[in-house]
Amino acid sequence: MTVTTRLRSGETRTAGVAPSRTRRRRVASLKAFLYVAPALAFSLIFLIVPTLQTAWYSLYDWNGLSVATWAGVQNYIDIVQDEQLRDSFMHVGVLVVFYSFLPIAIALLLTMVISRAHALRGMSFFRTVLFLPQVIASVVIATTWLSIYSPNGLLNTLLRAIGLDSLTHVWLGDFNTALVSVGFVGTWLNVGLCLVLFLSGVGNVQPELFEAARLDGASGLQEFFGITLPALRGQITVALTLTVVSSLKTFDLVYITTRGGPGNSTSVPAFEAYNRAFNSGQVGSAASVAVVLTIGILLITALIGRLQPKDTE
Amino acid sequence: MNGKKRSWTGVIAVSVAVALSLTACAPGSGSAPAASGGPVSKDVAGAGDVTLTVWDQNTDEGITDAQEKLNAAFSAKYPNVKIDRVTQSFADLKTTLKLALSGDNPPDVVQANQGYPDMGAFVQGGLIRSLNDYDGLYDWSSYYPESLLKINSFSADGKTWQGDNLYGISQTGEVVGIYYNKKILTQLGVEAPTSLDELEQDMAAAKAAGIMPMAYGDIEKSPGIHLFGVVQAAIAGSDAVNKLVTGAGGAWTDDASVTAAKTIQDWSSKGYITEGANGVSRDDALAQFEAGQSAFYVVGTWKQAAISEAMGDDAGFTTLIPKGADSPVTTGGEGLAWAVTTGSKHPDVAAAYIDFINNADAAKTFIDENSLPSVIPADYTPKPGLETDVFDTYGKVTSSGGLVPYLDYSTPTFYDTLTSAVQQLTDQQVTPEAFTDILQKDYSGFVGSK
Repeated sequence: MTVTTRLRSGETRTAGVAPSRTRRRRVASLKAFLYVAPALAFSLIFLIVPTLQTAWYSLYDWNGLSVATWAGVQNYIDIVQDEQLRDSFMHVGVLVVFYSFLPIAIALLLTMVISRAHALRGMSFFRTVLFLPQVIASVVIATTWLSIYSPNGLLNTLLRAIGLDSLTHVWLGDFNTALVSVGFVGTWLNVGLCLVLFLSGVGNVQPELFEAARLDGASGLQEFFGITLPALRGQITVALTLTVVSSLKTFDLVYITTRGGPGNSTSVPAFEAYNRAFNSGQVGSAASVAVVLTIGILLITALIGRLQPKDTE
Repeated sequence: MNGKKRSWTGVIAVSVAVALSLTACAPGSGSAPAASGGPVSKDVAGAGDVTLTVWDQNTDEGITDAQEKLNAAFSAKYPNVKIDRVTQSFADLKTTLKLALSGDNPPDVVQANQGYPDMGAFVQGGLIRSLNDYDGLYDWSSYYPESLLKINSFSADGKTWQGDNLYGISQTGEVVGIYYNKKILTQLGVEAPTSLDELEQDMAAAKAAGIMPMAYGDIEKSPGIHLFGVVQAAIAGSDAVNKLVTGAGGAWTDDASVTAAKTIQDWSSKGYITEGANGVSRDDALAQFEAGQSAFYVVGTWKQAAISEAMGDDAGFTTLIPKGADSPVTTGGEGLAWAVTTGSKHPDVAAAYIDFINNADAAKTFIDENSLPSVIPADYTPKPGLETDVFDTYGKVTSSGGLVPYLDYSTPTFYDTLTSAVQQLTDQQVTPEAFTDILQKDYSGFVGSK
């Protein structure tokens, strides 16, 4: 992608210059190309070629070992027709709510509270604690939550301690609660990230604005909707992009906590792609899931990008 | 301007060309090495310095120690051979072996799971070699009973299981059965069950006495295969299940399978199996049984060493006799097959190695480590207690044709289909009829396409 924009913008800049300068610039561009070559070669070998290969595989029926047979677009038709694959895309839709919308809403709420309490002591401590989940390896997080959700884990113990025995569940083993339980881990994970982003955004707002609003007798809510929220538009876009993409790519949490179970109630496209390619010998189908997922992520990212205010680009 | 344009089109042209040259033909074509048809020999000492790379999944207690001992003994016998052992769990091996085999540098000896998803696919891809020639040298055909050889055989094209070519031999015998707690059964005043009806009566008695009837954890999904397999075998009998799994006839929607599904769902709603089993790990369930908190636990003989260590003489092992039959029928077979890869540069050494770790002497090593060998030495008398239960049951089941294969051998995708369907079944998400429909849909797709 980088290469395209660079060359294209170069193209417009060189338009209509004298022939002698063109030659000089051609030499210069060759030199420039040499500078780009290592990075380009790297992305060709490790990104572009595998991507094209994956797209190619997706048109075959292949077990990964024997000669493949041509399947045309059948693998793509299956994504719509196969209940299991269709469900996996539905599940990821639910996860977007938990990974992205909820954390952003919670972080905004916290921002509203925290930004009014400038003098809160130990602020940096709380910020670190809230950001901590982002720093811990996801395998560790998944394992921790596995234990929290287990039949005699922390969550059920807590519920029993406060007399809510009727609410205890085998959270990850129950068809009704498994997906929500996985989603909630994502919420917990992403709140810190969003909060740190938003707090830094609020820090950029000139204090005079708040002062003026307060002098005019604005309430906390008015202040938030009048000043804070508009000022955070850029940060919200960034948070949306990061969290939506991370939710669409979810694999590690599902792999460790449920393996798509119970039944298929927590299967997600990334897990299906892995499982089909490496376990059940459906490489073509796995590739088609990966292609659809990639295109989906690119489209959604582009759409979110349109929310970005022009001046902060 | 032109220069810029050309360099950009050049980039596209190069990347497309590279991509096409890599993908010009159908994936997987031209990668399979042809099976060598050269002469085979028993000579190991004359092979020079050889490093044999071996991939196994013998991680269970007892079995891993036996494997270490056998490897050491082989290296002591042939100092020119160094064994590079790569060991990992069954699930990890299942995931990584395909990649390792299809790479340029495959291991020499691997443990391949039987059935269409693994061994069948490896044979089809030309990745493991037929051992018929080495069978001529080492005479495995007369050491192993026919029923065990069949499980490790395929047709040369990998499309028909139990075909003419032998692709591996196995160290350990396996039957899945019901471990029981003798103390609890005595307390309830019941005998060890030998039929499904008796098992249900015993579980009802346990439930009434406030004891958990059967510990069952299915978060890993694979225990579902064992639970359903044991119940289905006890209802449908050996012939019907064998035909079904090998694709020789029958349907998953047949009455016996529906009844088996009904039975398991019934157990779940009556609280005979652990509540919320889909969120309980297999190990946690086993730990409950070992701690004397449940009367029964369904698992294979590979857990004999662990259970006997934890419970001593309190543990017993039984299998169920179907109505109208006179000997038990249950899921089982043999441990994963030791196979030689097509890419191995030292097939003679590899074959000598698998013979060494599978022969009658090796069987004794496994017995010493509290594990069940695939062929129990004729002169061996098992120690009283759990070992006698396990060894006798295995002997009875194998000699009477009561062995039915693991159900996930049925189709390449059956493992996923069956395990997730069992989770739905025990959680009352599907009716028994809908459960068998899910299985039949996968099955008819595969059997129809063969």
